[in-house]
Amino acid sequence: MTGQFIELDAESIYALFAQRVRELVAGRTMGLVGVHTGGVWLAERLRKDLNIAAEVGVLDVSFYRDDFAQGGLNPGVRPSRIPFEMAGCHVVLVDDVLYTGRTVRAAMNELFDYGRPARIDLAVLIDRGGRELPIAPSVVGRTIEVPDEVSVVLRRESAGRLQLTLEQKARA
Amino acid sequence: MRLAIETVRLVDPAADMDRVGGLYLADGRIVGVGAMPAGFVADRRIDGRGLIAAPGLIDLCARMREPGTDGALRVEMRAALAGGVTGVVCPPDTDPPLDEPGLVRMLRQRSREAAGARLYPLGALTAGLKGEALAQMCTLAEVGCVAFAQTGALPDQRGALLNALRYARTFDLPVWLRPVDATLASEGVAGEGAVAGRLGLPAVPTVAETVALHTIFELQRATGRAPVRIHLCRLSTAAGIELLRAARNEGLPVTADVSILHVHGVDADIGHFDSNWRLDPPLRTARDRAAIRAALADGTIDAICSDHAPVALEDKLLPFGEAGVGASGLETLLSLVLDWAQSENIPLLRALDRVTRAPARVLGEDTGTLLVGRKADVVLFDSAERWKVDDGALLSFGKNTPYLGSELAGRVRVTIVGGEIRFERAAAEASA
Amino acid sequence: MVNPQLNADGELHHLLSLDGLPRSIIERILSTADSFISVGSREVKSVPLLRGRSVFNLFFENSTRTRTTFEIAAKRLSADVFNLNIAASSAAKGESLLDTINNLTAMQADLFVVRHSQGGAPHLIAGHVAPHVHVINAGDGRHSHPTQGLLDLYTIRHYKRDFSALSVAIVGDILHSRVARSDLHALLAVGVPDVRAVGPLTLLPDGLEALGVRLFTSLEQGLRGADVVIMLRLQNERMGGALLPSASEYFRKYGLTPEALRTAKPDCIVMHPGPMNRGVEIDSRVADGSHSVILPQVTFGIAVRMAVMSIAASSTRFR
Repeated sequence: MTGQFIELDAESIYALFAQRVRELVAGRTMGLVGVHTGGVWLAERLRKDLNIAAEVGVLDVSFYRDDFAQGGLNPGVRPSRIPFEMAGCHVVLVDDVLYTGRTVRAAMNELFDYGRPARIDLAVLIDRGGRELPIAPSVVGRTIEVPDEVSVVLRRESAGRLQLTLEQKARA
Repeated sequence: MRLAIETVRLVDPAADMDRVGGLYLADGRIVGVGAMPAGFVADRRIDGRGLIAAPGLIDLCARMREPGTDGALRVEMRAALAGGVTGVVCPPDTDPPLDEPGLVRMLRQRSREAAGARLYPLGALTAGLKGEALAQMCTLAEVGCVAFAQTGALPDQRGALLNALRYARTFDLPVWLRPVDATLASEGVAGEGAVAGRLGLPAVPTVAETVALHTIFELQRATGRAPVRIHLCRLSTAAGIELLRAARNEGLPVTADVSILHVHGVDADIGHFDSNWRLDPPLRTARDRAAIRAALADGTIDAICSDHAPVALEDKLLPFGEAGVGASGLETLLSLVLDWAQSENIPLLRALDRVTRAPARVLGEDTGTLLVGRKADVVLFDSAERWKVDDGALLSFGKNTPYLGSELAGRVRVTIVGGEIRFERAAAEASA
Repeated sequence: MVNPQLNADGELHHLLSLDGLPRSIIERILSTADSFISVGSREVKSVPLLRGRSVFNLFFENSTRTRTTFEIAAKRLSADVFNLNIAASSAAKGESLLDTINNLTAMQADLFVVRHSQGGAPHLIAGHVAPHVHVINAGDGRHSHPTQGLLDLYTIRHYKRDFSALSVAIVGDILHSRVARSDLHALLAVGVPDVRAVGPLTLLPDGLEALGVRLFTSLEQGLRGADVVIMLRLQNERMGGALLPSASEYFRKYGLTPEALRTAKPDCIVMHPGPMNRGVEIDSRVADGSHSVILPQVTFGIAVRMAVMSIAASSTRFR
């Protein structure tokens, strides 16, 4: 655990985020895909709140990351699963925090290995800037500026309530 | 040359002597032990303080690889001297085998020229060591073979073996045999047991040794009321040792040796298929090793040898089952004997007995002792000096020792054969 | 003794044997394999994990099956795969084992998959490769076939979930079987409480009981109440020789027939590393029957080998 942390009002940020996703979807058929782990929580919440019938897709991007040579394979890799047809699908890719954009790049590469989607929209709860790749979200809950040494962490309490904190990264 | 080694710890198992004094050599013989003989004037004096003077080691099995590789004898003799060994028995499994008097003469000539340790060649028991026709044992004995041997397993043709024993008995020639039944040993490369089971290595069962021993003793008895003298080479099992004990109690004229590596190693030492432990006979269980140590202590096993087998590096850098068999041992023999003595709390006198007096007795030689009047074959060593076993330290062609990379204690300073200093090594530099 | 398979951080660097492999590593391989199963059911069955890496299949002992599954696994990781079938005779012609390895490393090999007829050969190779190169044992003599042991474990986990209450019987020529040895180590490592070896005395090696394995020379007793039955392939060379008189006698006493299977649990699964000798160790009715999971084993084998290669390859950190 790190030192001090600041808590943000996750639920109210989510409320705004969900509203914007609702406007994006506008009643059309879309495939919700969450990126492990925070993106999956958000996608599941969205599915309930937006009354989306189809099951949520789940992506673990460990096999598509660009840092295998530096960091090795994630010891806790979990199976990805897309329970709907990817070809021709309008995908809403959901993640908790958008930072450098590398996770989204990996997620998109993985999605394409399931088939060719018609369109991918990116919906993120928090955009913290610091992009290193040309990745642009369609929906953002809130944009915040945070120094490099601070992490933005989404947690889900047992009742399903979301919690968002800014934490000092552990010293190496 | 008249040599005086002064104030040295004199250890002579044959004389039951372990005390400090001087050792005086002249005309190739020992002329004084303890006090300086009257009128002795030394050409050279060696300060023996901190050192041990013992009879030169007699190694009942060291392969010199000649005939076979020209020039090998010289190199291996240097290795012998560096290990404090003054007498070497070389087995007849040379290339070609020692079944021709001309080969034996040549070998002895080369040995004289090499001015290394004394060479005691074993002649082949059967022509070409094939285990069928007899070798010309009388003629071979005349040119210097001390005994006659089969070096692999027992000949399958037991009838031929019996005849060979009878023939040797006729002329009172000793026979040296390895107690291995080939059909039971089969393709085994590791000793029978849990380790071989776990590693999936073909096993050499204990019965390969015990059945062979039963056969040997029965055939020995069949050679008559004063049976042929037999020396058993490289016992390895507890069960085999029991048979040996019974045979000796019965009065059969049998002696036996064991390899120093079997005094130390067990099958688990193979570890992750370390081919330096690929030996014949193979390493066995802890129980077998304990029986070997007990048998050395009570004299059931007479002697310890090095079983020196130089093997080229590329023949050891192979999977275990394909690797060359045997370990290079002339230069580690003394250190390992000292290590055994220390770890088992055996007095130095008793431990050294197994590589001096006892092998001399097996050979019927009058060396292996520091008694006045005997040939001056002496080793002077520092039992405490440690040395690293590496390519640079070993003089033999064979760097294949399981102790490669380890540090051992016991360093030879001077090796004297027939009163002549044939090897000398300065003390290690004191560490900074 | 230092485990030559692990690097200084205790991570898997080579896979040589399951003997002494920490349970945590075994479990990580199994759970990583879960993710690769799901890759196999997609349209694009590969992931870019080992893109640009070179995997050399070094088979000193012939095997089309095993080599093919390793090749499939490596290609599904997007690696470049090179197959070298080095028959024993050509090695005997002069180039030593280690010379072969050195030459291949000079061709920028990252990972060697090695099968050899001598136990310990992959260990020898692993001891002599450059630090960044990984060695996966695809079977060495009678000693070890670790990926088979792992995929067998994965198969059992898939159908039985909980290892801690199982009875597993391994039947056949255990003495000569590297699969049996790997299975035994795998099962003991994950805590299977009742591991059984079933076969005639001529085919049971020393030391099993010391490991905690129960020995049976009767098939009926050995299978009683078993949850899992692993049948070993009987090699034809053993037949009609000093160890077994004939195939038909072996089948009579140790062949897995529907009748023999009756003493096992009703929901027991039957496994076989393949290829099967129908009518020798296993009756076709069982091989093709409802208890048999022999075909799924093959699918699991690809995912497990992908997991092994990706975990081993990820132990190299380039700073």
